[in-house]
Amino acid sequence: MNYVTFVLKRAFHAVFVLLGLSLIIFTVSRIMPGDPVRLAVGSRAPQWVVDNMREQMHLNESIPVQYGHWFIDALRGDFGVSLVTRRGVAKDIHEFFPATLELALFSAVISLVGALILGSLSARYKDTWVDNAIRVWSYLGIVTPSFVFAILFVLIFAFWLNWFPTIGRIDRAFDIARITGFMTIDSLLAGNLRAFWDAVVHLILPACAIAMGPLAQEARITRSSMADNLAKDYIASARALGVSERRIMSRYLLKPSLIPTVSIFGLDFAAGLGNAFLVELIFNWPGLSRYGMSAMLSKDLNAISGVILTFGVVFVVVNVIVDLIVAQLDPRIRLRAAKGS
Amino acid sequence: MKRRDLDSYKDLNDPVQLAGLKRDSRRENRARNWYKFTRNPLSMVGLITVLTIVVLAVFAPFIAPYPEHVKPFTDFKNASRPPSAEHWFGTDEIGRDILSRVIFGFRFSLMMGLVVLVIVVPIGVLLGLLAGYYQNSWVDSLIMRTTDVFLAVPPLILALAIASILQPNLFNAMLAVCLTWWPWYTRLVYGVTSGLRNEFFVTSAEVTGARLPHILFREILPNCVSPIFTKMSLDMGWVIILGASLSFVGLGVQPPRPGLGTMVSGGTRYLPDQWWISVFPALAIVVLVLGFNLLGDGLRDLFAAEDS
Repeated sequence: MNYVTFVLKRAFHAVFVLLGLSLIIFTVSRIMPGDPVRLAVGSRAPQWVVDNMREQMHLNESIPVQYGHWFIDALRGDFGVSLVTRRGVAKDIHEFFPATLELALFSAVISLVGALILGSLSARYKDTWVDNAIRVWSYLGIVTPSFVFAILFVLIFAFWLNWFPTIGRIDRAFDIARITGFMTIDSLLAGNLRAFWDAVVHLILPACAIAMGPLAQEARITRSSMADNLAKDYIASARALGVSERRIMSRYLLKPSLIPTVSIFGLDFAAGLGNAFLVELIFNWPGLSRYGMSAMLSKDLNAISGVILTFGVVFVVVNVIVDLIVAQLDPRIRLRAAKGS
Repeated sequence: MKRRDLDSYKDLNDPVQLAGLKRDSRRENRARNWYKFTRNPLSMVGLITVLTIVVLAVFAPFIAPYPEHVKPFTDFKNASRPPSAEHWFGTDEIGRDILSRVIFGFRFSLMMGLVVLVIVVPIGVLLGLLAGYYQNSWVDSLIMRTTDVFLAVPPLILALAIASILQPNLFNAMLAVCLTWWPWYTRLVYGVTSGLRNEFFVTSAEVTGARLPHILFREILPNCVSPIFTKMSLDMGWVIILGASLSFVGLGVQPPRPGLGTMVSGGTRYLPDQWWISVFPALAIVVLVLGFNLLGDGLRDLFAAEDS
């Protein structure tokens, strides 16, 4: 019962946040100087086309009515036509988003796994050279912007060492039919293992560039929460009862220590999506961020709204999931939230 | 402390009377804090890095070896030279000294951080105080739900979107970052304020008829000062990164002005052969942000020790 209340509360909150976000995006897109109709039809279109278009875009109505139309269209997944690609924005998003999501998920996995390994190593060997090395590394990881990592990685691992390809998602020689839009999954579905490996190799550098910051931050948090918990009485009593060190680490220590890591993970995932904007530019990755970037540079309002709303939805959904996981890990949180604090 | 002083304070457990005692030793506290701060080598590295960069930025025209290379300038004879004794960081594709441009680039980055924080902190703090003080009222819901909405998009994406709709320049980049950054301060102050809302010193101020500004700014705000300053020091770094990212995609400092992010993105076209064009400005960003982070962590440790 408690858990259900918690889930409902959280979902309600998410819907509210998305409504607010749509309001902000709508406002921002109407503040922009210039006539959206002229932008849409081009400067040489005759006046009657402009008038028709204005009617069609509901621009003659009052602002709240305009928002209503825009919102209903957005709910149906209709963000209008992109001025750059001259196609429906929804179609563009459908085409480009899987590439970005694949990149973000891959980097999320890298950061989480890496953080757990480094964090627990650091806590286990606290105040030794292992711990110190990991801490210095995580410090550098936190302060280095992802686009700097991307440039350094391209330079070192792609150009100088020649271990990885520099741009794109897969070698042009492979022709993989699009099914899910995830290159790795599509190549597996096609049964082409060499293509799959090529896609993975293309993923590694950009994903690592995005993952470095979150990895460092999560490792740091894992370390401190593990170190805190290691000093607690229940660990001492487990040791006194003769439970093996390995079992203590995996069964008794990991679960409570995961809570702060998982909570920060939601924020990091969002930051990763944002950083994908810059990393995709450097790796010429054909994803939503690059699409959004070119939309922004050409003031393509429909596309900008669509892209931002997509990122907002992903972010909110990820955060709800993270909250649910955390509540699953820590009963205190869901009890408190369900009571209504 | 003299015996006489102690006698005049009847109850040392009373926080109000104790506050009077503490006030006399404020200078002493400051000296002790400074001593503790200097004991931590990392904090000192941070402080020295930040101070050095500030000095470099302020006196850039006198320190930079080729100050004229910041203005429209070309020297194709010396273009794309690798790092050497004359040009420590090498020269770019039209022969400008990269070291000089990095030194001037610090100016834009520091300005970005300073201006944004100066605008954002008062707004965010005021809203946080109000929301925390009027807890569980419509003021609280309105302000805090608005912060939720702003925090629902990665700051970089929101800032990019806003900056892209406006004209691309440094001012609009600052505006965009400001719009994305205030909710963090509101949240921070809200947390502290709602914890203090029902403490005795607040309720007694209310009972004695203190006005709202007095309660907010004289009673509650002083308790938020240390977390705010710590966050500001850490945020300088993050805001600088955000500004550099905007410049990197062409929405911040416009060429030929030497923004650090602008220089990095300009140099990516010449990778890998002329790597120094983008790598040195990129490392400059890292050093600058590292300095502010070390400093901020030092401050945080200091305040944390004070509280306990």
